[in-house]
Amino acid sequence: MSGQTRPVRVLRNLNAKIAAVPMILTTLVVFVGGTIWTVIYSFTNSKLLPKLQWVGTAQYERLWNNDLWNAAIHNLLFFGVMSMVFTIGIGFLLAVLMDQKIRFEDTFRTIMLYPFALSFIVTGLVWQWILDPGMGLQEVVRRMGWESFSFDPLHDPDTVLYGLLIAGLWQGTGFTMCLMLAGLRGIDEDIWKAARVDGIPRWKTYIFVVIPMMRPVFITTLVLVAAGIIKLYDLVVAQTNGNPGNASQMPAMYVYRYMFTAQNLGQGFAASTMMLLSVLIVLIPWAYLEFGGKKRG
Amino acid sequence: MKTFKLAALLATVAVPTASFATDLEVTHWWTSGGEAAAVAELAKAFDASGDKWIDGAIAGGGDTARPVMISRITGGDPMGATQFNHGQQALELVQAGLMLDLTDVAEANKWKEVINPPSLLDSCTVDGKIYCAPLNIHSPEWLWLNNKVYTDLGLPVPANWNEFVASAAQVEAAGKIPLALGRQPWQSNLAFGALTIGVGGLDLWKSINVDKNMDAAGGADMLKVFQAAADARKLAAKSTVQDWNQATNMVITGEAAGQIMGDWAQGEFQVAGKVAGTDYTCLPGMGLNAYISTGGDAFYFPVTGDAEKEAAQKRLAALLVSPAVQVAFNLKKGSLPIRGDIDMSTANDCMKKGLEILASGNIVPAGDQVWSPDVQTQLGDLQGQFWSGDMSAEDAQAAYVEILKSSM
Repeated sequence: MSGQTRPVRVLRNLNAKIAAVPMILTTLVVFVGGTIWTVIYSFTNSKLLPKLQWVGTAQYERLWNNDLWNAAIHNLLFFGVMSMVFTIGIGFLLAVLMDQKIRFEDTFRTIMLYPFALSFIVTGLVWQWILDPGMGLQEVVRRMGWESFSFDPLHDPDTVLYGLLIAGLWQGTGFTMCLMLAGLRGIDEDIWKAARVDGIPRWKTYIFVVIPMMRPVFITTLVLVAAGIIKLYDLVVAQTNGNPGNASQMPAMYVYRYMFTAQNLGQGFAASTMMLLSVLIVLIPWAYLEFGGKKRG
Repeated sequence: MKTFKLAALLATVAVPTASFATDLEVTHWWTSGGEAAAVAELAKAFDASGDKWIDGAIAGGGDTARPVMISRITGGDPMGATQFNHGQQALELVQAGLMLDLTDVAEANKWKEVINPPSLLDSCTVDGKIYCAPLNIHSPEWLWLNNKVYTDLGLPVPANWNEFVASAAQVEAAGKIPLALGRQPWQSNLAFGALTIGVGGLDLWKSINVDKNMDAAGGADMLKVFQAAADARKLAAKSTVQDWNQATNMVITGEAAGQIMGDWAQGEFQVAGKVAGTDYTCLPGMGLNAYISTGGDAFYFPVTGDAEKEAAQKRLAALLVSPAVQVAFNLKKGSLPIRGDIDMSTANDCMKKGLEILASGNIVPAGDQVWSPDVQTQLGDLQGQFWSGDMSAEDAQAAYVEILKSSM
């Protein structure tokens, strides 16, 4: 019996399996193959063209001794933590407000989600102009009469990351809000009724009942936001291009600079391998929590 | 490869030159007003000779354009011809056999005899074969000044960097920016290089960059250069533009008093209708040491595997070095010609200053000729950090020495 069903099982949904072959091949060759190739060549001294001349971990030593790379990592950490806390915090707050059975909810949701439809390049440029002291916010306020008003975050090394953060939050919170809202809508109405019967205030219900129940939504949001932060590139290129000095440099920009401008592939590969490693550090615990947890439950 | 050369040879023998038109795509990063006018001269001359110039300008400067060019060549989609700077930028492409050997064109047109200074041709030569056609000489060590800013204040126009620094306080008090500087790392690196030759002098420059003497790089004379750069940093603090031509424009309009920029800035003054000597002043070697470095642009011709194209590439190579094109192009571009045997009497004051220095032999090789793009990028990053932060001259010098050491 089982000998008869086995071949049938392989052939079942044959069309779907054939249709999936190109995608599987792309994943294996382009993504996995390309990744392995990059990691291997990060141990060589390839300059403009890839060459298999081993130098051990010299590229990594140089990388971690480089001021620019360390500045980029520092900037990314700062931007990442701030952006994570604020997108999830503000996103959740907006979702809760949205969940109060307000009027025109669809309209508000569309407005909030609209920035997400723009590319980072557009967002970056728009905010570069808004924050430009000569033609943006500062000039508008000055023309309204406050002559001494000064707001120029993008040209000061100490504040430039906040300037980026404003643009990043403007673009990203709408999306996290929608994820959170979907999570809130997934909470059973009976839970709310039970809480009301027990006389628990609404804010307490949110913090002690609803948030723990929304754990999967929070984890998914966290991973999406974190992956977006690590590969942060286009927003910075459009808005500040790493200026002033190295104050808004990002690891992805370092990778590009060394692979192409400096004609030093080995160094660029080492940097991109470090980025891959940091993505894995974020993804593996998530995969473990999401998929490992379900099997047990 | 051999059969392919043979085929090319046969093609040039069998088909008389310019008997039919061939399209050649030429990529370059000349997009500012003055540059575009100069490139139009090349296109005109090439079209007039019977072929067709397909313009492939890439905006955003060399740092943006070179990756595009290199990935097209290595990715199997070569253009007909492409611009690079003299030096090591295309070295590996040549070594990998991706560039056309122009030795026969060079011999037929006696490039070895006419090209001056000979170091330009040396930069094109790999293992005794010539792989590029030098087009112009650009020197970065120039200080550009707007005369009107000074005459309005009743001050004499500075004759060198020291006078410029001394008068900067008065310029600033009048609400002008003393020094215009674009916020891209290469521009800070360029300004620093100019200060090294101007303030540090030729011997110091040569011992560091040619003899690679690290004691000199870490020495007291070099510290003076870093301190001069720290002065310049203060003068440029209010300049927030990005591109070099925006900074030049600040000088043209009188918003800023001066800019340290290569002689390509000249093209912008010319397009704006300004006259050298009366409207603006140029000081080669910062007015202190009249030395210029001889970097510049050269054209490389990727191997295409198409005999017809190859013949056209060789025709273009010969054309670029020919006297008429040299004069027409360089007058528009504001750069110096790569041959000394042509009539440049129509050149303006600034170009004449450059020609004199060139004729007198007060020249040094350019940064791109003595250091790899890797080192140049790191130096650019360091200068970018130095010029926009508050790094001390001592710290910057230590980092500078580290970068140079890492390349040896």
